[in-house]
Amino acid sequence: MKTTMTVNGQVRSLDLDTRTTLLDALREHLDLKGSKKGCDQGQCGACTVLVNGTRINACLSLAVMHDGDEILTIEGLADGENLHPLQQAFLTEDAFQCGYCTPGQICSAVGMLQEVAAGLPSQETESLTGPISLTDAEIRERLSGNICRCSAYPQILAAVRRVAGATQ
Amino acid sequence: MSSVKDWAAPNPITENRSGLIGKSVDRYEGRLKVTGTAPYAYEVEPPAPPAYGQMVTATIARGRITHIETQAAEQSPGVLAVWTHLNVPPQARRGERLNPRSQRPANPALASDRVEFYGQTVAFILADTLENARAAAEKVEITYAAETAVVDFLASLDQGELPPGEEDVHIGDFPKAFAASQVTVDETYFSPIQNHVQMEPCATTAWWDGDKVTVHTSIQMVKGGQHALAETLAIPSDRVHLITRYIGGGFGGKGQAYDDLTLAALAARAVGRPVKVAYTRQQMFHGTIHRPAVQMRVRLGANADGRLNAFALEAITHCARHATFTEHAANFSRNLYAAPNRLTGHRLVRMDIPHAGAMRAPGEAPGMLSLECAMDELAEKLGLDPIELRLRNEPDVDPETGKPFSVRQLEQCLHEGSQRFGWSRRNPKPGQVRDGRWLVGMGMAAAIRGNFLLPAKAGLRITADGVLTLTQGMTDIGTGTYTILAQITAETLGVPLEQVRVELGDSDMPPAPGSGGQFGAATAGSAAYETGMVMRRTLADLATGDPRSPLYGADPTLVSFANGNIALDNQTETLAALVARSQPEGVYVEGSISPAADARDYSQHTYGAHFAEVGVDVVTGEVRMRKMFGVFAAGRILNGKTARSQVTGGMIWGVGTALTEANTIDPRFGSFANQDLGTYLVPVHADIVDLDAIFLDEADDKANPMGIKGVGELGICGAGAAVANAIYNACGVRLRDYPMTPDKVLEGLMAKGL
Ligand code: FES
Ligand code: FES
Repeated sequence: MKTTMTVNGQVRSLDLDTRTTLLDALREHLDLKGSKKGCDQGQCGACTVLVNGTRINACLSLAVMHDGDEILTIEGLADGENLHPLQQAFLTEDAFQCGYCTPGQICSAVGMLQEVAAGLPSQETESLTGPISLTDAEIRERLSGNICRCSAYPQILAAVRRVAGATQ
Repeated sequence: MSSVKDWAAPNPITENRSGLIGKSVDRYEGRLKVTGTAPYAYEVEPPAPPAYGQMVTATIARGRITHIETQAAEQSPGVLAVWTHLNVPPQARRGERLNPRSQRPANPALASDRVEFYGQTVAFILADTLENARAAAEKVEITYAAETAVVDFLASLDQGELPPGEEDVHIGDFPKAFAASQVTVDETYFSPIQNHVQMEPCATTAWWDGDKVTVHTSIQMVKGGQHALAETLAIPSDRVHLITRYIGGGFGGKGQAYDDLTLAALAARAVGRPVKVAYTRQQMFHGTIHRPAVQMRVRLGANADGRLNAFALEAITHCARHATFTEHAANFSRNLYAAPNRLTGHRLVRMDIPHAGAMRAPGEAPGMLSLECAMDELAEKLGLDPIELRLRNEPDVDPETGKPFSVRQLEQCLHEGSQRFGWSRRNPKPGQVRDGRWLVGMGMAAAIRGNFLLPAKAGLRITADGVLTLTQGMTDIGTGTYTILAQITAETLGVPLEQVRVELGDSDMPPAPGSGGQFGAATAGSAAYETGMVMRRTLADLATGDPRSPLYGADPTLVSFANGNIALDNQTETLAALVARSQPEGVYVEGSISPAADARDYSQHTYGAHFAEVGVDVVTGEVRMRKMFGVFAAGRILNGKTARSQVTGGMIWGVGTALTEANTIDPRFGSFANQDLGTYLVPVHADIVDLDAIFLDEADDKANPMGIKGVGELGICGAGAAVANAIYNACGVRLRDYPMTPDKVLEGLMAKGL
C-alpha cells in the first residue's frame, strides 16, 4: 500500500505491506535504525518516536496509518553536527550504558517536555488545572514508559533536569 | 610467568601524569549512541538485501516431536525455506569439538526430535520480509508426545545432588559449635528465577563470501561465539568472522551463542544472500538463559558479644537436565566474615526447564540476599547495630584459606556509608517511624565480589598522523570498555584522548576473553596497558636509532612520553613527526597480559556497603524506595563517571531483585508464566528515587599492573538485602521470600495486626 510520510523533514514515499509497523518501516525500509526494537509490543519504549509532535511507541502502530504524518526520530534531532540539548545532556551525565534504550529515552523526553509545556497533567500533577511544576517525581512518572535495563535512571533524570532547568 | 611484585613499580598509569586515569570523560562511543547511529547486530548494513528468519519454539517441557505440518507455511507468501529437525542442513553433533582448542563446542539448532525445554527452537522460517516470515511461522503445526517433566523446583529440593566435582567445605566443627552458641539464627531464604531482560534481544546478521561467513551478532565473548559457530558448522574457525561492535546489554545472558547465530549462518549459506534473525522478546525468556532459583539455609551461631562462632550457608539450586551450571550462592560467604567453624555447600536439582546460566554477579547476587538478611536478624537478637555486628566479625585474613587480603576496605565502606547516608537517624526498633500512610525504615548490607584477571592480548597501531588505534577482540556491553581503553592508551603514551581510537568486537583482532564476571576492565585494560608499553619501547628505539631524530643516540629507557611528544631533557619531537619520518607506513605492536603466578596467594575482592530507606504503605503493602546510597572499594577507578554508572545500575538491579523480579514456572507447561516486560517487572524511572554511590580511594597492586578491579557486578551484591532489611525496620515484617511484593508484605502486616 502506498504511504507517504514526512520523516525528519524529508518526504518519503513507500509501498508497504499493510502489516508493517511504523517501527519496521523506519528500520527496515527507510534505513533509520536509531529507533530500537526492545519488545515489539509496546512495553519498553525503545521504539519511541514523535508523530505530529506527540511521542508514541512506533512498534504499536502500523505504518500505513501514518500517511501524511510528520515523523521525528532520533536521527532528526541533531542540527547537523550540533547535538540536540537532550542528546548533549545524555552524553554529559552518562545517561546510558549499552545505549539501546537511549534513542527512545531521548525522544520520549522531548515529547514529555512538550506535554508539560502544553499543560497536560500526569498522575504526579498536584492540580489538574493549574500550572505544572516539573518536579523530579513528574519527570520520573512521565518517563516510566521507557525501560532502561542498564538502569541509568538517576543519570537520565539528571540529563533531563539539565535541559529542563532546576526543580520548580 | 610474572609475579605480583612486578606490578608494584610505578608506571605511566599509576603516575597518571596527564590525569586521564580516573577522569570522568564522556563515553567514547557516546555520540553514536545518542544520535541513534551505533549499529547493533540486526542493524548492520549487509552487502545485499537480506532475507528474514523467524524461529518457532516448543510448547512442551519435555518429550518428542511426533509430527510437524509445514506445508501451509511453505506455501505462505514470500517463504524461502521452512526447516525442522528433518531437513535442517547438516551440523556437527552437540558437544563435538573438531578443534580441541576451541573455547566452545558445537551447539546445533533443530538437532533432533527431542524437546528438552519449553521455548526450544523446533522450526525455522526464512522469508523475503519479516512480516511474511512471522505469518508463516504461525502456520507451522507441531504434534508432540509429551513426557513427564520435572518443573517444580520447591517440590524437588530433595532431588538435589552435589554439583559435579564439588564437595561441601567443612572447617572446624560446625554442628558442635552451632549447638554451643549462645545466640543463633537458623533461617531459610528463597531467591526466585530471574531474567536478564537485556533491552536488545539476541540477534544476528550473517552473509557468506565464498566459504567464509561474516556474522554480526550480539554476544559478550568474541572468541566463544566464533568457535561455537565454527564447531557447529564443522568448519575451521578462521572461516568465521564474528563482529560485535555494539551490544544492547548483556549481563551474562549473552555470554554464549544461541540459535539466532547458527540459523542465520546456515540460512545465509542456503539461500546465497544475507540473513537476519532475531529472538522476539517473549522468546528471549525461554530461549536464552536465566538466573536459577536458590533456596538458602543460613545458620549463624554467635557469642553474646556478637562474634560468630559457627557459620553455615547451604544452597540448593537447579539447572537444565542436560547441562551443568551451578549458581554458587554460598561461595562469596567463604571470604566474608570470620568464624572458626564453617560449613558451605551447594546442591543441584536437574530440571526440565530452560537453561540456567550466569546473570550479573552469579553466586553473590542471590547468595547475599540470604546472609545479609540473616546478619540483620542476628544483630537484632544480640541488640547490636548491624554495622557493629559486621565490624566485630571482620577477619584479619581470609576466613577460609588464611591467605592475606590484597586490600580490604569493607570497614571503611561501612563507616563512610553510615556517615553519608545518615545511619544514625535509624530507629533500631521496627515500625516506629510513620509518615502518613507510610511506615519508614532503613536497612544496610555489605557487598563483596571477587576480582579476576584472565589472559588477554591487544594490538596498537600508530599512523603517520600520530593517531593511535587500539584493536582488541573485546566487547563493550555498556560497561564503558571503549572509553577506559582509550583513557589507558592515551595515558600510557602521553597523548591527548582525541589522538586515540579504539576498535573492538572483531574476531580478527587480538583476542580478549570478553565481558563477564566483572573481569573485563582489568583484563582488557591490562592488556591495553601492556601493549601501550610495548609501543613506548618500540617508539623509543625508533627515535634513538634514527639519525634524523633529535633523540638520536640517547638511552631509549630514559625517554619520556607527554603531550603527544617523545622527549629526553629538552630534545623532543611529536610522535606524528617521528612516525611520519622514520616509519611512514605506521608502527603496529601487540602486547598481552596474563595472571601472575602468585596472584592466588592473596584473597582478592571488591567490597561495598549499601544503605537503603524505604516506605511501606500500611494499606496496600506496597514498598517504595526513598533513598539508597552505596560506598564501594574496587581498586583504582579508571573513569569516575562510567564506574559510577556501573554500580548505580547494579544497585537498581538489587531494588528489582528485592521488590519485583521473579519468573514463575507454569507447572502445566514448564514455561515461565511471565514472559514479557508487562509481567516480568524490572525497575522503571518512577521506582528509583534519590540513589547514588561513591568509590573510596584504592589501588590494588596485587590485581594487575594498574591496580584496578572490576565494578560491573559489585553494585548488585547485597543491594537487595539492604532493601529487605529496610522493609523489616520500617514495618517489622521479616520476609525471606524474594521478591517482596505487596501481597507478601500485606499478609505480614495483617498478621501483626497493622
Ligand atoms: S519496541 Fe516498542 S515499546 Fe518496546
Ligand atoms: S542504556 Fe542499556 S538499556 Fe538503557
